[in-house]
Amino acid sequence: MDGGVGYADMDALKATELRLGLPGSDPPEKPLPTTTTTTATTARPTKRSLDEDRAARREPSEGGRATSTRATKAQVVGWPPIRSYRKNSFQAMKATAEAAGLYVKVSMDGAPYLRKIDLEVYAGYKELREALEDMFKCFEGCKGSEYAITYEDKDGDLMLVGDVPWEMFTSSCKKLRIIRGAEAIRGLGSSQ
Amino acid sequence: MTEDCDGEEKDEETRRWSPGQGGSSSRGGGSGTSSSSPLKNRCVRGRVDQPPPFSGQVLENVLENVLQFLACRRDRNAASLVCRSWYRAEARTRLELFIGNCYAVSPARALGRFRCARALVLKGRPRFADFNLVPVGWGARFSPWVAAMAAAYPWLERVCLKRMTVSDADLALLARSFSSFRDLTLICCDGFGTPGLAAVAELCRNLRVLDLIENDVEDEDEEVVDWISRFPETDTCLESLSFECVNCPVNFVALEALVARSPCLRRLRVNQHVSVGQLRCLMVRAPQLTHLGTGSFETVPVADGAAELDVAELESSFVASKSLVCLSGFRMVAPEYLPAIYPVCAGLVSLNLSYAMTTAEQLKPVILRCHNLQTFWVLDTVGDEGLRAAAKTCKHLRELRVFPFEATEDSESAVSDAGLVAISEGCQKLRSILYFCQRMTNAAVVTMSKNCQDLVVFRLCIMGRHRPDHITGEPMDEGFGAIVMNCKKLTRLAVSGLLTDKVFEYIAKYGKLVRTLSVAFAGNSDLSLRYVLEGCHKLQKLEIRDSPFGDAGLLSGIHHYYNMRFLWMNSCKLSLRGCKEVAQRLPRLVVEVFGDQNKELDSDAVEKLYLYRSLVGPRDDVPSFVKIL
Repeated sequence: MDGGVGYADMDALKATELRLGLPGSDPPEKPLPTTTTTTATTARPTKRSLDEDRAARREPSEGGRATSTRATKAQVVGWPPIRSYRKNSFQAMKATAEAAGLYVKVSMDGAPYLRKIDLEVYAGYKELREALEDMFKCFEGCKGSEYAITYEDKDGDLMLVGDVPWEMFTSSCKKLRIIRGAEAIRGLGSSQ
Repeated sequence: MTEDCDGEEKDEETRRWSPGQGGSSSRGGGSGTSSSSPLKNRCVRGRVDQPPPFSGQVLENVLENVLQFLACRRDRNAASLVCRSWYRAEARTRLELFIGNCYAVSPARALGRFRCARALVLKGRPRFADFNLVPVGWGARFSPWVAAMAAAYPWLERVCLKRMTVSDADLALLARSFSSFRDLTLICCDGFGTPGLAAVAELCRNLRVLDLIENDVEDEDEEVVDWISRFPETDTCLESLSFECVNCPVNFVALEALVARSPCLRRLRVNQHVSVGQLRCLMVRAPQLTHLGTGSFETVPVADGAAELDVAELESSFVASKSLVCLSGFRMVAPEYLPAIYPVCAGLVSLNLSYAMTTAEQLKPVILRCHNLQTFWVLDTVGDEGLRAAAKTCKHLRELRVFPFEATEDSESAVSDAGLVAISEGCQKLRSILYFCQRMTNAAVVTMSKNCQDLVVFRLCIMGRHRPDHITGEPMDEGFGAIVMNCKKLTRLAVSGLLTDKVFEYIAKYGKLVRTLSVAFAGNSDLSLRYVLEGCHKLQKLEIRDSPFGDAGLLSGIHHYYNMRFLWMNSCKLSLRGCKEVAQRLPRLVVEVFGDQNKELDSDAVEKLYLYRSLVGPRDDVPSFVKIL
């Protein structure tokens, strides 16, 4: 049926695929080339096409139109039947979420001006730290000296970055502050 | 033929009998006093008639007093068929005019028969217009209706429109023409913007209800009007204000002031431009609310750096809103605010989370408190697990709708047959279900049919086209067959998945009460259509898309089309020849065929068919892409 690649392999491959999007959502499949054969082989067999093949085997032969409709899987007008109002609402939500970003100010003790970063761009604390180091390395005395990255949360308290899960951090962080020197050492001890 | 005009005689010239001046104004009391003189002024069209004898006169007056108590329109239709006297009396006492298809009757004719109506419910485009299957500009304009009513119904109080095109000018005319006007409800309409709303707000001094539900409110950016500020400055009579679908921000200061001076306000549904902090202000002003649409339910970044709302403060507002029974909105919900609604969950009868991307974990603490919930709308992001939680607690659930977050054929959906089974086991009083999924089994649907025998509405949408039972690979015939067999009260059915002619045989055999049937990508041959049209005697609305039904199937319904409100078919196998034959054999049917807007109607194949009974023949506002046969 297909070129010998197992479905399990393809699923595993798909699981490691990097892509943007909410967990659990799939990017829309590219429309397959139009063909009248119901057992069309595709570059990426998925569970769905397995169902299709079963359907093709069990169903009695029917008119050509229905068969080709199944095989093409191009997006059809008005299907699934969701009101455009609802579809547009979600698109708008996704758009504003993507566009808005999660910008927070970053201040560093002794630096003449602040920076602003988009927290959504980073996957986790490691990337954030690296980005901040990169951003502030031009200011003298940074290399080698102790520093702590802290943030101000919703309640206005100064918290150490890294204690809570990343998602919780991004949703509660209002601004970042890099504390350097003696103050940092006093607070942290050896933890870094 | 149309539901409200069943008593109408077939010949065009019918006598009209209009009451004297006293007749219409005596509606106020329960037992309306009839006009003083037995010989009322009569206005007879065309011919001069003998007045009915005095005894007949009195009988009609008595009858009117009795018929005033008859509210149900189907009962009224039956009453109007008894004889001419009953027809006249019923026509004079009908207060609400329901017109299920605006093209089935003309404004002149409807308003001419029912002279004393105070309310109009009018539906326009076919339902498949919601899914972009009806080209823009097809019709269903409110203008001719409002113009006719402005002249004929000075005492009009209520208007409810669904899928009509309403312009700003129409709304302005409406606002100017009716001094007692109180209720305006617009559902899935388009053509108007904030200027129209401003006119209504300003000129309808007795406005009690302004409900805008899922309309397409278009505004050019420069033309946005601050309509909320246009309400009268004195205390208003507002009981319900819903504007979730109005996409532009509203003047919050004006809104808060409006809520503060609307002591009767019970239902308030705001749009997503109202932040949770602003919502709290509104709730403080109106603790008596019963229905609340929460807007965004998150903190929209505020320019002046206002402090963010504390969850505890928000929760206290909900504690204070002791009368809340219905919650909706949650358009951008920040999950940390969701717990604020815990205090009201136990009292909730209706909860709409269908715009909130809640996970099962976020839903559980909410739903486990909602013991009294009867209506629940939710997104499939909650998964089977979320539905299990709902099934565990909501023993009184009557209506469930599970919408897809990703409405594409190939999306992963977290709900499946497992969720359906859980719901059926937990919520046995279920009457109405709309369920979008990607994976379903016959067994699950059969289980639901056995557990939920009170089902009146069953709409299952398996989003992948032609998808069979995902475990057995069989078509979904047996599942839907079980539904029509076991759910004896079923009146509305929507089918999906891989389906053969067999399912339609079942529907025809057992679905004797089915009034509305939606079919997509189903069936093998004309047999399906024939089964349904011959077997479903109560069928009123049939909408079909992308199914292999042709002229033979279409013609098998000739005996029944006058009993239906409409038949819609697109992307089937119809030809002009078959549609023309239907049009010829049924002169009272309007048969519209159309393709896409720019295509010529030259080929014999018919892309879209919309036929409906009508008392007034072909409409006069047909756009170029529609051909009436």
